[in-house]
Amino acid sequence: MEDLEKLASAAKAAISTATEGQALETLRVEYLGKKGQITALLKGLGKLSAEERPQAGARINVVKQELQDLIGARKSELDAAAVAEKLAGERIDVSLEGRQAGTGGLHPVTRTIERMEDFFSAIGFDVVEGPEIEDDYHNFEALNFPPNHPARADHDTFYIDENTVLRTHTSPVQVRVMETQAPPIRVICPGRVYRCDSDLTHTPMFHQVEGLLIDEQSSFADLKGIIIEFLHAFFENDQLAVRFRPSYFPFTEPSAEADIQCVMCGGDGCRVCSHTGWLEVMGCGMVHPNVLECSKIDSDKYAGFAFGMGVERLAMLRYGVSDLRIFFDNDLRFLEQFK
Amino acid sequence: MKFSEQWLREWVNPTIGTEELAHLVTMAGMEVDGIEPVAGEFEGVLVAEIVACEPHPDADKLRVCQVDTGSEQVQIVCGAPNAEKGLKAPLAVVGATLPGDFKIKKAKLRGIESQGMLCSGAELQLGEDADGLMALAADAPVGTDLRQYLALEDQVVEIDLTPNRADCLGMSGIAREVGLLTQTEVKAPVIDSVAATIDDTFPVSLQAGDACPRFVARVIRGIDITRPSPLHVQERIRRAGLRPIDAVVDVTNYVMLELGQPMHAFDLAKLQGGITVRLATAAEPLELLNGQSVELSADTVVVADDSGAVSMAGIMGGESTAVSESTTDLLLEAAWWKPEAIAGKARAYGLHTDASHRFERGADFAMQARVIERATALLLEWCGGEAGPLVDTVNEADLPNYQPVQLRRDRIERMLGFAMDDAEVERIFAGLGLVVRNTDSGWETDVPSWRVDIAIEADLLEELARVYGYNNLPVSHIHGDLVIKDRPEEQLSLRALRRRLMARDYQEAVTYSFVDPAWQAAFDPDLTPVPVSNPISADLAVMRTSLLPGLMRALAHNTARQQHRVRLFETGLRFIPGGDVSDMASLVQRPTLAGVISGRREPENWTESGNLVDFYDIKGDLETLLALGDDEASFRFKAAEREGLHPGQTAAVYKGEALVGYVGALHPELQARYDLAQPVYVFEVDLEPLLAARLPAFEELSRFPEIRRDLAVLVDKSVAAGELLENVRTVAGTYLTDLRLFDVYEGKGIDPKRKSLALGLTFRDSSRTLSDEDVNKSVDQVIDLLIKTYKAELRN
Repeated sequence: MEDLEKLASAAKAAISTATEGQALETLRVEYLGKKGQITALLKGLGKLSAEERPQAGARINVVKQELQDLIGARKSELDAAAVAEKLAGERIDVSLEGRQAGTGGLHPVTRTIERMEDFFSAIGFDVVEGPEIEDDYHNFEALNFPPNHPARADHDTFYIDENTVLRTHTSPVQVRVMETQAPPIRVICPGRVYRCDSDLTHTPMFHQVEGLLIDEQSSFADLKGIIIEFLHAFFENDQLAVRFRPSYFPFTEPSAEADIQCVMCGGDGCRVCSHTGWLEVMGCGMVHPNVLECSKIDSDKYAGFAFGMGVERLAMLRYGVSDLRIFFDNDLRFLEQFK
Repeated sequence: MKFSEQWLREWVNPTIGTEELAHLVTMAGMEVDGIEPVAGEFEGVLVAEIVACEPHPDADKLRVCQVDTGSEQVQIVCGAPNAEKGLKAPLAVVGATLPGDFKIKKAKLRGIESQGMLCSGAELQLGEDADGLMALAADAPVGTDLRQYLALEDQVVEIDLTPNRADCLGMSGIAREVGLLTQTEVKAPVIDSVAATIDDTFPVSLQAGDACPRFVARVIRGIDITRPSPLHVQERIRRAGLRPIDAVVDVTNYVMLELGQPMHAFDLAKLQGGITVRLATAAEPLELLNGQSVELSADTVVVADDSGAVSMAGIMGGESTAVSESTTDLLLEAAWWKPEAIAGKARAYGLHTDASHRFERGADFAMQARVIERATALLLEWCGGEAGPLVDTVNEADLPNYQPVQLRRDRIERMLGFAMDDAEVERIFAGLGLVVRNTDSGWETDVPSWRVDIAIEADLLEELARVYGYNNLPVSHIHGDLVIKDRPEEQLSLRALRRRLMARDYQEAVTYSFVDPAWQAAFDPDLTPVPVSNPISADLAVMRTSLLPGLMRALAHNTARQQHRVRLFETGLRFIPGGDVSDMASLVQRPTLAGVISGRREPENWTESGNLVDFYDIKGDLETLLALGDDEASFRFKAAEREGLHPGQTAAVYKGEALVGYVGALHPELQARYDLAQPVYVFEVDLEPLLAARLPAFEELSRFPEIRRDLAVLVDKSVAAGELLENVRTVAGTYLTDLRLFDVYEGKGIDPKRKSLALGLTFRDSSRTLSDEDVNKSVDQVIDLLIKTYKAELRN
């Protein structure tokens, strides 16, 4: 039985030093296979006496079991090591940038118009667009600007011919709505407008969003309310001071300019607000009865208000853009800041 | 409108400071644009007289002056060219402080002592003139403090008046507003009639219909025009932004600034015969006061004498009858010109005058006699002379006839959102000069002659709101019925297209709608674009017929700034003239979407090869847009040519039979013209067809397996694969559920005139498993088509 001890210790040593699955399998066959050494010992039990046989058999089986367990454990070890080694070889640099598809972006004017549309469409305003080459009637006359009216001089109009202009505001779209739609009317009209002026603070084309509400019950108080709410929402500041100054537009009466507390200096006075603490941001007013009548709306039964704002101006204040002209250079270094 | 605050306070002097006054006026609709002190901050500056003036012994440009300060004589070294004996000028004495905290000390200039400094207007911030000493009037009292002498504790207030407020183009109107806003009494100057001391009159005949229903004139003889207007008048004129000239011109300007009514003085000796107010004859010549010679158009109203036009009515007087140094006799006139007769006329001659500004906004039609009386009294006081009788030539029927205006009490609440006290309403109206009567429903007011802007109820409401203060009016929320609106699912929004393009890495651009005619012609030479008649510049002169010129300009802007990967899109109108470019009725303003790409396919990255974009990149971008809306199969691409694009790499896009756009490579010639190193690809499509969307309609999912067959064929290179696929789809039968072109090969191993196309056909039926026979039948039909129509050769 010293042979069994020797055999067992040699086998254990071989198993524990095996470094590959294949070598381990060879050892298993060598000891535990059909022609293996342990198997041979078991087969040799028959030569022993009936008294010796159970004891010897039991001892051999213990060794057999031990070796089987050892082989199994070693195999698990080697498998785990192999997996670990494979994984180690598959390590990548996760700090490298991912595969890029690129992401474009909206022009800040569109971005701003979309925000404005969202505020107003949420309270029932439709978005309407119209022609940019416009006739004198819709751009001026229907809005209570008679020919040669001094207020026309403020508009620096581009002319196509005597009777045709590049629209100087989006108000003609409102006229077109009033001509075709019966009150109640709630619309906003975004779009390009044109003025013959080009310097540091003017571009010959810019954008406006104008709004119009007409129904049986609307007052100057409603106009004030909607404009204050809009400006608070636009600048995300419910504390933003808003004030209304009397002004003059031929198509509204009373007419007002809405000013906000300067968003750059908080009203203390800076270059942007010309040290007044206030910024003029939109014109507005109650729709002039002549304008309603011109579109066959009964000005005794219906009343309404209109407002209009420059998109670039509000975008400049919102995003801190210091130069108006940069909006139309389409420089990617500018545009990409609004992604 | 600029004016001196001191002058205003002479009319009405509320107990509030300048800032608060300015705020009140601004919040009542007369926006204060600026408040500037009339002079810089300085002290120790006196009226002084140069009593002797000698050249400096050691400097050509300097002089040594002996100057009388009133209390002593001091020596001043001075470089001003106008320094001479007898000149009165401001002197900053030793110890004085000039603007900028500049202290005056004794100094030696080239060895000669100077005990102070004689000053120019600019040095005292009293004007722009820095070329010489500020010359003071000959009667200026030597030794008087300059600030006191010129009443410099004053500020110039500039208000930006809206065009409706003609009544505030004079001190009287502004004072009326301030009086009402501050509840302060207004002290207007007393204007008495000046009794005639001579009988002289000058004949006036009105022959311009309602353009001029009133012309008030007076002869004044024997004035001494060498006598200047008083200093305080000159200062007020100067502070209003005008230039004092002589007493006659000054009086007309001063009274205009005071009462808002422009007037004119003719040199009586130069007038011939009588005055006729009439329309000009065609091309009638007139030399204006500013030296400009004009040929009048026949719709211009003129004041003429027997020799012809002597004044452009309500705009500017003529040179031939102007007052000069030798004038002794005058015809003073003040007329009322109908705004419509003046509006636009000055501009048509390139003019804008204080008179035209007031008349085209609407002057007070009852003011003419008053201003003549006022001007006469002042002129006689300043320059002597004798006045003839005032002659008011008037055609009453053509004067404005302002009708009373009603205000219903309930309209106040309805329009302004609150009920105003009756007493407050009446106080405001009275303060504005409206005569108010009570009616059953509210009030009736007579409109004063100076308020051309009040004609309807809304005008009265505006006055109430304005004076009460917009910020004191209530704030409320709009109300209305909440109604769900239609949102057609078969209509795509522009926003969805924009988002899709953004996802495809396009950056939105906004370019001008007017473009350079040369670049416009590069893309649409056959269209005559609509020209702008007064363009801002030659390169923004025509309305675009395509968005591509603008996008190309934006692309070139970026590549010139080392941005070599550019992907831009724009949406907007293009302006397509009908047959005749001047026929606006046939002009089409078409919403359009266009894009341009150039440079690397992907952003530069370690994962990418750096390949440049090609035609199939931009076509793929366009196809994903088409797929967003309607069934993309309803769009077809067909090889085409378009000006500005590469003739071999351009496709026209059709929806049904309608041509809706193009996609292609920029023509290499244009690429060179734009100085672009890399190829450029563009698309331009009409927006409307893209916005039609499809309502999804569910189809049962088949439970049966699909069968795939691949075919590889050789066809001529000239075969258009798109068309081939369309035909395959048609003949393959109803079991075909998918058709892919998964490989295109030309080159080594095949006939150089041919290319290999590999098609993948997938078949399936919803009711049974297809047999090989079913599929073979379809495939045979396809092969038959390929062989017969395309002379195809099967490869496998």
